[in-house]
Amino acid sequence: MEYEFHWNVVFQTMPELLNGAFVTLHVSVLAMLLGIVIAILLAIAKMNNSKPFCYVATVWVEIARNTPALFQIYMAYFGLGAFGIHLSPYVAVLSALVFINAGYLTETFRGGFQSIPSTQYSASKSLGMTSIQVYRYIILPQMLRRIYHPMTNQFVWSILMSSLGILVGMSELSGTTQRLQSLSFRTLEFFIVAAVMYFVITKLVLISSSLLSRRLFKGEV
Amino acid sequence: MNSLFTPLSWNDTGFILTGVMNTVTISVVAIVLGTLLGLVVGFTRAESSKLVNTLFGGVLDILRSVPLIIQLILFSTFVGAIGYPLDPFVAGSIILSLYTMAFMSEVFRSGFESVHQSMRTSARSLGMTYWQTIFYIRLPIGLRAVFPSWLGVSLSVIKDSALVSVIGYMELLRTSDQLISRTQQPLEILIGVGIFYFIISYPLSSYGRYVERKMAI
Repeated sequence: MEYEFHWNVVFQTMPELLNGAFVTLHVSVLAMLLGIVIAILLAIAKMNNSKPFCYVATVWVEIARNTPALFQIYMAYFGLGAFGIHLSPYVAVLSALVFINAGYLTETFRGGFQSIPSTQYSASKSLGMTSIQVYRYIILPQMLRRIYHPMTNQFVWSILMSSLGILVGMSELSGTTQRLQSLSFRTLEFFIVAAVMYFVITKLVLISSSLLSRRLFKGEV
Repeated sequence: MNSLFTPLSWNDTGFILTGVMNTVTISVVAIVLGTLLGLVVGFTRAESSKLVNTLFGGVLDILRSVPLIIQLILFSTFVGAIGYPLDPFVAGSIILSLYTMAFMSEVFRSGFESVHQSMRTSARSLGMTYWQTIFYIRLPIGLRAVFPSWLGVSLSVIKDSALVSVIGYMELLRTSDQLISRTQQPLEILIGVGIFYFIISYPLSSYGRYVERKMAI
């Protein structure tokens, strides 16, 4: 193997890489938060019997689940141009991620909600609880427990998916890596460092989520 | 004056069809190889000691928590740097299969472990050998249970195969990318691509959900 590693250049540009990692993290957090809000609305729409909303939700979920993430990013970045909407790479990736997260989380929320038998609602009502109390003390705590792990997975997945920003020139971790490697020609070094950073980020997220779940659910599953 | 861009024409169908074929080819290769490798690794992890388990687990962990796009770029640069440049198809298939294997092995492991201990013991007590319990009891029962998850992983591989375009493989999304550069008609082309992926994925994912529902009862 004749390849010589030059790590100096990577360490010199570390601040930029870390900045890229920070962008990766906050685009995925933002995509997750917006995705959750939209997913709650879509889940309510899907469970309701009002037809138009139900159709919109179904179409959204099916498109999000059955087309590649890269396709959705292209659609936001190149496709919307046909309507005169020109998004910046950041907004394009963010909106694609929100679209996908919302699609997947809708099913998670719906499944979580429907897994709680409606008899629990009637039982709590008959004990004299108000509707809000039933949701606050009986339904939401159980539901949160069931959707917690799928939500963590979705978050990790959206961190990994944000790496597609490399293809539309976004300056998150992989995009920054790409730019720096094309300036310095040290492809292997930069991408190894990027891989390690992604690994560390996802591990940190998983560890903190399991600590949080221990705190939240106190050992019960 | 002629325009610099030529609009989309029927002659492009052949070009797009190559892309479609290439997407299908690499997905099938990755699913088949990933399933076979995943079966072996999943079985090994279900059966073997803690040490082997941790060792395998570490590698699988890396495959799962580094973005596919980074793995593809790293691998194809790496084999180039050590002097064995690979064809984009070969390099893409290797990484995509390994990536698939990482997910499949977990699916199969949970399948193997879902067959209850008492069932294995009773099979042994009826005089079956170790391998007979595996081939006649654990494989058929365990694999049936994880079929929906297997289908889900396969679907995500079809979708993830779009990423192999970064190392130069001419799959569907890359052919469409080139057509977009030539024709400057992104919307029409992208909608066509989206419909293609949808036509492949939707029936499979609905079937998966149907099977899951049937098994739940």
